[in-house]
Amino acid sequence: MSTKLLGERIKRKEDPRLIQGRAHYVDDIKLDGMLYMAFVRSVHAHACIRKVDTAAAKVLPGVIAVYTGHDIKGKLGLVPCAAGMEGLKIPDHPCMAMDKVCYIGEPIAAVVARDRYVARDAVDLIEVDYDPLPAVTDPMKALEKGSKLVHENFGDNIAFVAKLDAGDWKAVEADKTIKVIKQRFINQRLAPISMETRGVIASYSPGEDSLTVWSSTQIPHILKTQLAIMSGVDEARCRVITPEVGGAFGSKLNVYGEEGMACFASKHLGKPVKWIEGRRENIQATIHGRDQVNDLEIYFQPDGKVVGVKCLIVADLGAYHQLLTPAIPTLTAMMILGCYNIKNVFVETKGVFTNKMATDAYRGAGRPEATYIIERAMDLVAHELNMDAAEIREKNFPSPKDFPLTLPTGVTYDTANYQKTLKNVLKAAGYSKLRKEQVRLRKKGKYIGVGLSTYVEICAMGPSSRMPAGGWESGTVRVEVTGKVTVLSGTSPHGQGEETTFAQIVAEELGIPFDDVTVYHGDTFQIPMGIGTFGSRTTAVGGTAIYNAAQRIKEKMARIAAHKLGIKPGELVFVDGKIQTEDGQKSIGFGEVVAEAIFAKQLPPGVEPGLTEHCVFEPPNYTFPFGAHIAVTELDSETGEVRLRNYFAVDDCGRILNPMLVEGQVHGGLAQGIGQALWEEVVYDENGQLISGSLMDYVVPKAHQFPWFETSNTETKTPVNPLGVKGVGEAGTIGSTPAVVNSVMDALRPFGVRHLDMPLKPEKIWNVMKAGVKA
Amino acid sequence: MIPQSFEYHVPKTLAEASRLMAQFGADGKILAGGHSLVPMMKLRLASPKHLIDLGRIAELGYIREDNGKIQIGALTTHYKIESSDLLKTKCPLLSETASAIGDVQVRNKGTLGGSLAHSDPAGDFPAAILALDGEIQAVGARGERWISVKGFFVNLLQTALEPDEILTAIRVRSLPARSGDAYVKLHQPASGFAVVGVAVRLVLDEKGSIHQAGVGITGVGPKAFCAVAVENILRGKSPSAKRLEEAASHAADGIEVNADLYASSAYRTHLTQVYTRRALEKALERASGK
Repeated sequence: MSTKLLGERIKRKEDPRLIQGRAHYVDDIKLDGMLYMAFVRSVHAHACIRKVDTAAAKVLPGVIAVYTGHDIKGKLGLVPCAAGMEGLKIPDHPCMAMDKVCYIGEPIAAVVARDRYVARDAVDLIEVDYDPLPAVTDPMKALEKGSKLVHENFGDNIAFVAKLDAGDWKAVEADKTIKVIKQRFINQRLAPISMETRGVIASYSPGEDSLTVWSSTQIPHILKTQLAIMSGVDEARCRVITPEVGGAFGSKLNVYGEEGMACFASKHLGKPVKWIEGRRENIQATIHGRDQVNDLEIYFQPDGKVVGVKCLIVADLGAYHQLLTPAIPTLTAMMILGCYNIKNVFVETKGVFTNKMATDAYRGAGRPEATYIIERAMDLVAHELNMDAAEIREKNFPSPKDFPLTLPTGVTYDTANYQKTLKNVLKAAGYSKLRKEQVRLRKKGKYIGVGLSTYVEICAMGPSSRMPAGGWESGTVRVEVTGKVTVLSGTSPHGQGEETTFAQIVAEELGIPFDDVTVYHGDTFQIPMGIGTFGSRTTAVGGTAIYNAAQRIKEKMARIAAHKLGIKPGELVFVDGKIQTEDGQKSIGFGEVVAEAIFAKQLPPGVEPGLTEHCVFEPPNYTFPFGAHIAVTELDSETGEVRLRNYFAVDDCGRILNPMLVEGQVHGGLAQGIGQALWEEVVYDENGQLISGSLMDYVVPKAHQFPWFETSNTETKTPVNPLGVKGVGEAGTIGSTPAVVNSVMDALRPFGVRHLDMPLKPEKIWNVMKAGVKA
Repeated sequence: MIPQSFEYHVPKTLAEASRLMAQFGADGKILAGGHSLVPMMKLRLASPKHLIDLGRIAELGYIREDNGKIQIGALTTHYKIESSDLLKTKCPLLSETASAIGDVQVRNKGTLGGSLAHSDPAGDFPAAILALDGEIQAVGARGERWISVKGFFVNLLQTALEPDEILTAIRVRSLPARSGDAYVKLHQPASGFAVVGVAVRLVLDEKGSIHQAGVGITGVGPKAFCAVAVENILRGKSPSAKRLEEAASHAADGIEVNADLYASSAYRTHLTQVYTRRALEKALERASGK
């Protein structure tokens, strides 16, 4: 048998160049004659622009051009929004503001100069005369009649209202034994903060009328289409290349005004133009995540059976729509029932404009919010009924036999065994021992909390019928003359490690060495079509396309081999660089068949020369990974500081192709999910000024703030794709936030407080603890 | 994130650096480890026209002991202080303080002199040097002088250094018999700076009473300060748990306490008291040899 690759801890192909600093990010690319761009950005959250004086900047030596919003009017298309719900209000979103600014950091003018120092100096020389307007910052107040408006022409601040109403609410209301708990939860605004900020180079060639763009993006193909439309260059002469991307977390699943401006300036000047985002710009003007107010009502029977969930979601969308801004909160509605068999649901989602940066997809995108709501609510029900947190969950789980399970939210969960992940995490954590320890410590005035979260999420996005612009993915496998294999993927991994996973799939299928397979992605000239990397789709959808292409290669090679060996193709297997009968009696070398396929001397009748197969996989459904997490926290009763003492995660992401990569994804996800629970928060003041505008204030979690994560997995395969994989990129983020908050609230139980909003800063906890233990 | 242009000077001797400072006056700025100045320049909060890099002046990097006093050159990095065997035994407060600064990369580049001369309201070394009642050496056009740390930190980012003066060294007493040091710090989770940092040196007399207490506090007010009320309450008294607590409750007396996203002024006052008590307890434990 050939070396087993799938399911093994294969080291990442991409790591040597990354670890040694030999990889190339956008900022490492230098082109002949390249110019540098910098932006003047709004210092007001809401203001009319009276005048932009660029005179002094234009005469600074080294400055090549200065553009304002009016210079691009009618010449550069608007920043696109792909979300298309009914009645959605879409404000005009030019790449640079013209007469009015609507958030701090909105681009007003762009300078192009011979180097980035001159560009930056010129920014300081541009004077903007503002007429400040009152800012709309509180999404709840923005809903009130008579509120100031972000966009006057709409008449109110409501971008859309979506309703989901299913089940028999009359029966619920008629049943007097049913109890209800109401609670407001805040899913605060977060900043994605990838290590590499955004960056773009646009290079227009006037002779060929062609445009090449290098961008740090998750969606090269979508970006190519949109930049072609915006810049007016024929799409067939546009190329987007995605070099190494140093993290994105959803923030680069977008088309940004700065990318449009780089294309505009390059086309105007006939020179390559580079823009690299600074960290302060990154916190101001790269999309934010979350930011919802969730008014929840949970209905339950005295025995703990939950019968219904109602929720009003007010989503703070910011001032303009980026690519998927309004679509994100609709995922919250879709997943609000979590992993529970709840028959009645009512969700009203209101998207609200405010004078802030747009929110959009940030790791988990809508599902962390849903999981937080339902998992906090399950704990509230448990406390109300004096039930154990594990018991109430178990009581409401569907049985593994119930799958596929269609929920009243309209989604069909593929497969699950929630009981098993819960059982495993309780065992890993020593749950009953922890509960005893908790009681013992409380008597000594020490407070630990044990927090549980059982989650399900929605991955492998997704069926095209439910996606804004296609949910398929493409994969190409090409066997070269020397027998080496090139794999092309329409996905755009940026740290997840699919250069490794995809090579594992192809090498195992073709029975060739792992090192003989090279994976490429992120170049629209090389890769015929693609959607990108987001929504934990890359392996489940993109990997399947590659798997299918490999099957076609095998079919063709088997036909050629069978022709040579004088047997039937169906009798052949691919192992150890050979194509042979099961018993190994008849065999031909992999390379020999490759040569035959390409030199085409004696091909079977009807077989075309060459070994290149291109497949597009259309997923029939999403996948639904799940898991159970336990966080143990310890409070400093004098100061309210929270120490995360232990963390246990049992995740089920379907079949595991590389356990090491799964662990990596879970660890990173946990860090970000725990970050939301304890530290992270984008803060604007009442005037719309960004208070948490630097990494001195915005807390990016660091390794030393965490205990060792105890992670393990169960494997429940999905029937949605032939690989049986579900996806794991966002699971850690989704499962961990409620586990940590439930843990801290559990520790605070003796103090008689039901809920505190995130982030759980020590001062909030100290305020509760100093009032003393309630009887 | 891009500074304004500046001229860069690399003097090889202290005398040469002094001459440059005298020449450029307010347009000149000393660069040591660059961990405070360079970020400020990148944000254009500081835009010196002339940057005078002390990095090649070998005579400014040393740690030595003379006659019961420890003297440390201004260019000594946090890492050198953290890992110095001499300091670990003769002045552990400095090693402990250094180990609480930033991360490994910061400690490898940041310097003692830079930290003091910057007078960051949340810098760590100012608290330690105050607790040790140290002296600071400055060299300028009029020669060399020693400044008591008590008068050194004037205000937010302001020190007693004259515009032409370069901070060249610090001097503190070695750990006397029957004494204990401690630095405790609550790290702001984003920046790693002190929400509150308390440095303590306790010296006991033969009977076990407190002969002398030095308490330096950072992160709490516009500049690091000595908690004089705490020191006065403790001096000459026996160190009972109750007395330490009572003394610590005066840690922020007379200070206009900072408020920020992380901690309101009331909460920070509370933290100052708790952390002061903890630092006193730790120092006492060490002084009593427990």
